Amino acid sequence: MVGAACAYYAARSGLHVTVIDRGPVAGGTTGAGEGNLLVSDKEPGPELDLALLSTRLWRTLSGALPPRIEYEAKGGLVVASGEAGMAALRDFAERQERAGVKTEEVTGDRLHDLEPHLAQGLAGGFHYPQDAQVQPALAAAHLLRAAGEQASGRARLRLRLGEKVTGVLKGANGEVRGVRTVSGDLHAPYVVNAAGTWGAEVARLADVHLPVLPRRGFVLVTEPLPRVVRRKVYAADYVADVASGSAALQTSAVVEGTPAGPVLIGASRERVGFDRTLSVEVLRRLAAQATRLFPMLADVRAIRTYAGFRPYLPDHLPAIGPDPRVPGLLHACGHEGAGIGLAPATGLIVAGILTGEELPLDIDPFRPDRFGGAR
Amino acid sequence: MPDSPSDERADDAYGAPYDLAVIGAGCAGLTGAVTASELGLSVALLDTSGQVGGQFYRTPAPALGAVRPEALHHDWSAFADLRRRLEASAVVHLAGHHVWTVARGSEGDTEWVVHAVTGVDGCGERPVRVRARTVLLATGASERQLPFPGWTLPGVVGAGGAQAMLKSGLVLPGRRVVVAGSGPLLLAVASSLAAAGARVPAVVEASGYLGYARRPGALAANPHKLAEALVHGAALLRHGVRLRTRSAVTRVHGTARVEAVTVSRVDRDWRPVQGTGRRIACDALAVGHGLVPQTELATSLGCATRRTPDGTYALELDGLQETSVPGLWAAGETGGIGGAQLARTEGAIAGTAAAARVLGQPALTRSRRVRELRRRRDRMRAFADTMAAAHVPGPGWVQWLNDATDVCRCEEVTAGAIREAVADYGARDARTVKLLTRAGMGWCQGRMCGAAVACLAAGPGAASVPPSPERRPLAVPVPLGVLGALDPDEADGPVS
Ligand SMILES: Cc1cc2nc3c(=O)[nH]c(=O)nc-3n(C[C@H](O)[C@H](O)[C@H](O)COP(=O)(O)OP(=O)(O)OC[C@H]3O[C@@H](n4cnc5c(N)ncnc54)[C@H](O)[C@@H]3O)c2cc1C
Ligand SMILES: Cc1cc2nc3c(=O)[nH]c(=O)nc-3n(C[C@H](O)[C@H](O)[C@H](O)COP(=O)(O)OP(=O)(O)OC[C@H]3O[C@@H](n4cnc5c(N)ncnc54)[C@H](O)[C@@H]3O)c2cc1C
Repeated sequence: MVGAACAYYAARSGLHVTVIDRGPVAGGTTGAGEGNLLVSDKEPGPELDLALLSTRLWRTLSGALPPRIEYEAKGGLVVASGEAGMAALRDFAERQERAGVKTEEVTGDRLHDLEPHLAQGLAGGFHYPQDAQVQPALAAAHLLRAAGEQASGRARLRLRLGEKVTGVLKGANGEVRGVRTVSGDLHAPYVVNAAGTWGAEVARLADVHLPVLPRRGFVLVTEPLPRVVRRKVYAADYVADVASGSAALQTSAVVEGTPAGPVLIGASRERVGFDRTLSVEVLRRLAAQATRLFPMLADVRAIRTYAGFRPYLPDHLPAIGPDPRVPGLLHACGHEGAGIGLAPATGLIVAGILTGEELPLDIDPFRPDRFGGAR
Repeated sequence: MPDSPSDERADDAYGAPYDLAVIGAGCAGLTGAVTASELGLSVALLDTSGQVGGQFYRTPAPALGAVRPEALHHDWSAFADLRRRLEASAVVHLAGHHVWTVARGSEGDTEWVVHAVTGVDGCGERPVRVRARTVLLATGASERQLPFPGWTLPGVVGAGGAQAMLKSGLVLPGRRVVVAGSGPLLLAVASSLAAAGARVPAVVEASGYLGYARRPGALAANPHKLAEALVHGAALLRHGVRLRTRSAVTRVHGTARVEAVTVSRVDRDWRPVQGTGRRIACDALAVGHGLVPQTELATSLGCATRRTPDGTYALELDGLQETSVPGLWAAGETGGIGGAQLARTEGAIAGTAAAARVLGQPALTRSRRVRELRRRRDRMRAFADTMAAAHVPGPGWVQWLNDATDVCRCEEVTAGAIREAVADYGARDARTVKLLTRAGMGWCQGRMCGAAVACLAAGPGAASVPPSPERRPLAVPVPLGVLGALDPDEADGPVS
């Protein structure tokens, strides 16, 4: 997703772009996650600023790309079961409002107007009208295709699939000259590392340290249903237990319907390396959370579950921008559980850097060399 | 044999760990369970079905009042014998148990947790957990389907499915039934249908059967198999059934249901030969292209697989039927398609090997009997592999399709949509085709279309490409209420 967005905005700026992937389009984490475009779960700070910009860009993209990407500006609903949870949510929402997020408090008696099948007896919640959704694999594939179609004049977009990058070529002064792949060398003055969870490996090929690590998540998928869940719904009971509220909010399971029918329930977060083994305990928790929110889901069958590995950096912020250690090398990876949402803003920033335009926001918090170390 | 536990007795049946849990009560699982039990192990035998016997020894529900179900089986006495041994044994038969996953217990490779759903569909389903020191996976196979124009019309049924329908319900899919596809099962199905009173105007086989002749050694070593083929052949002749080799059904005609099929000659690569199409009137088509081992419970635990000569994936097993994961054995079709007799032989080896491990008596596996079982197994496997090689789908089969042909029936995804995802949107394998088109995302989770999608994803000119060892972590659908009702202490592993 992130690489597709970089290619799209770069080609639109008139650059000559080659996208290289060792696998197919959307074969990485993009094909193993969900497509929530959320502002509701982010506390004020650089990630929220990036998300707000992306929210606007996604809306524009949804007009430019075919409806098949399943973009839906459906809004999010965060619910609390008790008064303590509600108070914590209110406090969180207030701070988000000041950062530019639209929020609406929903009293307990009005929850069912928004979500008729929600459990009874919840204290209330907050509605986030800016939250939206896409189908990530389709979005990435169509964005890449659109990148090729709109590349005009001198610009061109080439797609090289099934080709693994095995080295970064450097000049006499250590500057980037291109990449080496399994089928030969490709020369270019700029290389963008959009290798997601494998971003650390690509960085290492350029002799720089960037500690991207995998963070596993499972998603449960139900049999197709008529629309019973209208928005993205998640619980925030435990906001009360956490001083800042932000960390816990990020771990809650989101329940949402999809245009194709299945309800998606995701996702868990664990640091277990690249282990795909099914965790029964994770599925139990996801199912229990979902049925607590929507009791009618108890009789609905999960037909599938899948795991993906979020690209995670220790401070939970992506690496976006030029690497001062290697001239010509840029990074656009490490978006953890928000890479679909944050992709357009990331792509716009990368294109802006490559063409020397003014950037839409301060990218200092995303500096790729902030973790130190030559490699 | 104790019955399935009633609710009050549930604690007994699900409490203490068993020495061996067997998943699947077909030929392989049944033999494995009684063998291990007779050697002194405590054994639980789980199966989705209410009856033992699996795919091969399907029996009509008692209510149907069939007098001689054995009339449809040529190997009935072996089954009767197994049933007798089961009844005399202490094996706990857990019928109606749908196993959705097997997880590692806290003791690593010496403790396994088998998770199943049981109870009435829709209401009263509940989670069940069976712990065991060792596990035998004997979940059999499912039928491989390759699509062609018209295959979704009512009246088109799976060849194995038709056989199963006949055995368990004694119903015929139609009165004039063309049998088509590839594989030795076609002959068996045709003779059963004919024996049950259907007219079979033709058996249409895409390969040439020549493959068998190339390995005369394997043939000669399998007198039983040969006899079986001859029985089928004789039965077919008696009923006036014509066998057309190197031919395929390339189109089904009809509006509301099957009225006729077009049968075309195909070349060595299964490419239809222009101008050879002939119409055959019929009211049903039974079609199948071999069987695919059902291995998801094993592969999600990391068991290694091997590519079979007919382009599917089966579990990689050692000489005593153990998978690459110690403590997990497999027998029957999960290790490669080979028939009921091979499944029984493998079940006996696996049951003995598990007993040897649990009892700490490796000598059990070195007995004369086991040596003889292993020799028989090797002979039958070699023959099965020869047969499989003869029926591997040729890459030209994709030319049967036009762009409007549905490939994924659950999600109604056409061949055209899949080709577009590959040519224009960068899909290159079954997984990304699925993500971009939804092919394989529906109720059956690609069990029906998986083989076809994988071939189309590999693009024009590619030979038959089997799906990568599937990761289908839920072997059967599980209600969310059942998942959520699991006891937190019982679920495996720590979560950080
Ligand atoms: C369960 C789960 C749920 C999620 N839910 C959401 C959500 O709701 N909303 C959201 O915004 N995000 C979500 N995410 C996160 C999101 O999926 C990721 O942040 C995003 O997909 C990252 O995109 P990417 O382009 O950086 O990485 P990827 O999609 O992984 O792309 C990286 C690509 O680099 C290629 N590559 C790697 N090494 C090489 C090499 N040496 N040579 C050539 N190519 C190489 C890979 O093949 C891969 O295709 C979720 C993630 C998971 C696991
Ligand atoms: C549709 C079909 C028709 C066939 N027809 C013929 C024929 O006519 N002649 C012939 O010689 N051979 C036929 N075969 C092949 C023959 O059935 C096999 O050779 C033989 O049954 C193999 O025995 P098995 O024990 O390996 O598998 P099976 O007999 O298939 O037994 C597997 C058992 O596992 C159970 N099971 C699977 N998954 C689960 C789960 N997740 N949880 C609980 N239980 C599970 C199933 O319910 C089944 O009872 C047919 C096979 C199929 C699939």
